[in-house]
Amino acid sequence: MTHKTDVVIIGSGPVGLFAVFELGLLNLKAHLIDNLDRVGGQCAELYPEKPIYDIPAYPKITGQELTDKLISQIKPFEPTFHLNQQADSIEKIDDGWKIVTSEGTTINARCIVIAAGAGSFVPRKPPIDNIAEFEGTSVFYAVRNKELFKNKKILIVGGGDSALDWTNDLATIADVTLMHRRKEFRAAPDSVNKMLNLEKEGKIKFLHGQLKSLSGKNKMIKEVKYSHEEKEYSIEADYLLPFFGLKMELGPIANWGINLNENFIKVDTEKFETSEPSIFAIGDINTYPGKLKLILSGFHESALMAQKCFAYCYPDKKNVFRYTTSSKDLHKKLGL
Amino acid sequence: MGKIKVTDREGKLHELEADVGSTIMEIIRDAGLDIEAACGGCCACATCHVYVTNDKINELEPIDDDEESMLDQAFHVNNNSRLSCQIEYKENLENIELTLAPE
Repeated sequence: MTHKTDVVIIGSGPVGLFAVFELGLLNLKAHLIDNLDRVGGQCAELYPEKPIYDIPAYPKITGQELTDKLISQIKPFEPTFHLNQQADSIEKIDDGWKIVTSEGTTINARCIVIAAGAGSFVPRKPPIDNIAEFEGTSVFYAVRNKELFKNKKILIVGGGDSALDWTNDLATIADVTLMHRRKEFRAAPDSVNKMLNLEKEGKIKFLHGQLKSLSGKNKMIKEVKYSHEEKEYSIEADYLLPFFGLKMELGPIANWGINLNENFIKVDTEKFETSEPSIFAIGDINTYPGKLKLILSGFHESALMAQKCFAYCYPDKKNVFRYTTSSKDLHKKLGL
Repeated sequence: MGKIKVTDREGKLHELEADVGSTIMEIIRDAGLDIEAACGGCCACATCHVYVTNDKINELEPIDDDEESMLDQAFHVNNNSRLSCQIEYKENLENIELTLAPE
């Protein structure tokens, strides 16, 4: 099935979310694509609990609170979210663009707005030369099929929630070893206690260490070398689950033929349009003389971008500038 | 204005001018060296990981829980590993020697 909409927004961080609002005021519908399993971007993923002090009218607001308020602000415009997927490719079609995601979702839209921040979040992979050989068969950065691990030797590495949760979960069906560089964990205290109890009962093993190298054959690992306090050790394992959090990378956008300046997309400062007409870039991902990577700059950029999107979507209509305080038309759009 | 010494990933030594009040990450980043510092210095990633390679390490404030937790997401973590965004440059850190950790 192919979705049809006015604007596809790539990235659902604060700036992508607010773009829905500015577009919505101009009667433009939006679909958003995000690689994470929830909206909010860096605000929700990296610093949900950290206060931000430079959002106008909020002396102090956390990343998660800001996200929640934006979600509620854009609700009247009923945006469609496509989460857990990356915008993979774009193709020019008669009346705009066809966007295909990593999950095969296809969306036709008149305009594309790239609000991708510092790029998409992807798992941080251990810097081991041959790790790619085993990825998807013997090394996994997420658990999709638990059955695979039944009665196998599993090595989980990391000290956060994913590492601890999967250690506790898989302990019932597999021979699990948890490896971390220290015996303190940033995971939720409940999961840490559960893991320590499992260790005491002999149901899992804990090892101090950092990954060094992998060996195996036919895409399956057999031996994992690791180090601790400058000594090297090894352990046998059938599967390796490294959980080192997420990092950001520009991803497929780099191949879309848009002019870049290092990892940033060049835009003008009137419409925030890229070198490709009807593709826009707003927020941290764009660059122009004087650019400041502030959420509030991204909000401003989204308002100006929306004006030009309107011109693309309704070339024959005149856009009358109105205020949300007084316009009956805007009140109707806001569901008041 | 003081100085810090930074060895980049190619092994090249850089002497950088350092302002009191800046973080080491900011000094390295603003000098144009290749340090990612993805989160911009709020101790929410581990991409400004450095090694402190001289005895100035003894003059640093101890690592707090936040920094230690973020170091958990880094690789090649050693006893002299620090996140450079968490070190504020002060006069007593003049001539501190640092090496950028591998990516």
